[in-house]
Parts: sequence; C-alpha cells; structure tokens
Amino acid sequence: MNKFRRAFLKTAGAAGALLATAGVGLLKSGEVFAATWNKLAFSSNNMNDAMKNANYGGAVESKDIVLKAPDIAENGAVVPVEVTSNIPGTTSIALFVEKNQYPMVADFELPSGTEPYISTRIKMSQTSNVRVAVRAGGKNYTQVKEVKVTIGGCGG
Amino acid sequence: MADEMKMRATLQGDVADVKVLMTHVMETGLRKDSKTEKFIPAHFIDHVVATLNGKTVLDAQWGIAVAKNPFINFKIKGAKPGDKIALNASDNLGTQYSGETTVAAK
Repeated sequence: MNKFRRAFLKTAGAAGALLATAGVGLLKSGEVFAATWNKLAFSSNNMNDAMKNANYGGAVESKDIVLKAPDIAENGAVVPVEVTSNIPGTTSIALFVEKNQYPMVADFELPSGTEPYISTRIKMSQTSNVRVAVRAGGKNYTQVKEVKVTIGGCGG
Repeated sequence: MADEMKMRATLQGDVADVKVLMTHVMETGLRKDSKTEKFIPAHFIDHVVATLNGKTVLDAQWGIAVAKNPFINFKIKGAKPGDKIALNASDNLGTQYSGETTVAAK
C-alpha cells in the first residue's frame, strides 16, 4: 500500500466522521448517543489500524478474558461470539475479525453496574482470528481465537 | 415498532440477563446484486443504547460485520423484578428502533 493511498484513506475517514457527526445531530430527537460513530476505526482495513483508531492500541494479551467462539463455523454470516472479562474495572469490550475487509465489528461500552460480558453474532468473510479487546482501568487487554469458516458471510 | 425488536429480561439472583433480537438486514455495502451487478447499498444498525429505568447500561457502536437480525445478550447487576429495560438503536440511514421490556421475576 503506497503512502498516498494511506493519506487519502485517512482524510476520507476524517471527512466521513464529520458527516457522521452531522447525521447524529439530525436524528437526535430524544435519544442522546454518547459518542459519534467511529468511522475512522470502522473503515480501517487492517487489524492494527482498526484497534489503534478504536483506542485499543497497545493491548496486552490477557488470559483473564474468556472468548468463546466455535472452532469451526459452517456459516460465516452468523458466528456466535461470547466474551467475559475477568479483569476488574472493565469498561468496554470490542470485537474484531482480522481478515474481514474492515476488521472492526463492534464496540460495547459497559458502565459500572453492567457485567463485563457480551454475547452476539458476527459475520466472518473467511477463516480468521477473532480478536476481542477490553479496556479496564484505562489500560487495554486482548485475547484471540481462530475460527475456521467453511462458507464466508461478507462477500456475496 | 414492537415487532422489529424482541426483548426478554430474566433475573438470576440480582442480575438481569437481557436478550435482544432485532430484525434488520444489516447490509454491508460490499455485496453485489447478482442480476444488476451493482453493489447493494450499506444499511446497518450503527448505534445501540440500553437503559435500566432510564440509566444507560450499554452504549454500543456497530459496524457492518454484526450479523443480520442482530442478537445481543448482556447482564445488568442490581436489577429487581418490574424494572424497565429499554433499548434504542439507529441505523446508518437514520431510522430509529426501540424496544422495552420489564424484568421478570424468576
């Protein structure tokens, strides 16, 4: 990937973020969403950038995060993923799929009072590492599991 | 829009186990229509906020890789029977979705 393309993508991402801000402003009738949609992170097309842009940079591997996902997913369009963080002070949990075109899947902020747990279903385009990132006490932690996909769920 | 969101909250001790199933295409924008060869525009839920009696208990941002007809399960401490749990979601086209349920006694 050449430097010009990178710069372009970054600029495009930033412009998009502004658009997203405007969008949220328009539809904010009653519901207040705490943060603007992180376009930069969701449109990053490699794992490291996605994690960094989602503020999970420098995450340390931790065995205190339990990531449950199938070893083999027959259908990549629906892959169940369950995360439990045993790290005290967990405030958010994010999911990434390394080989998806855009690795970032979702970021869940969990205020105190909500258990450090989330379960959902995600799409995987192909066999890949599924990575979970956890923020606890201002620090970042991560855990990973490979899921083999027999039929992809992102393409068509 | 009750039929677009199914919610259930059951109590386990003082923890409410909340399960939500939404109806949404979660279109990625990366798929091509097999007949027209054109990309199907992205259409996906990008924000989800849950509240317990009005207090935020979950604030999520989603991308295109959350599966179609999204399912989430989360757990809230300190809940009592009769507590109200509400969920508000919006998609990239600005459509709002909401659901509400009451914590059931065990």
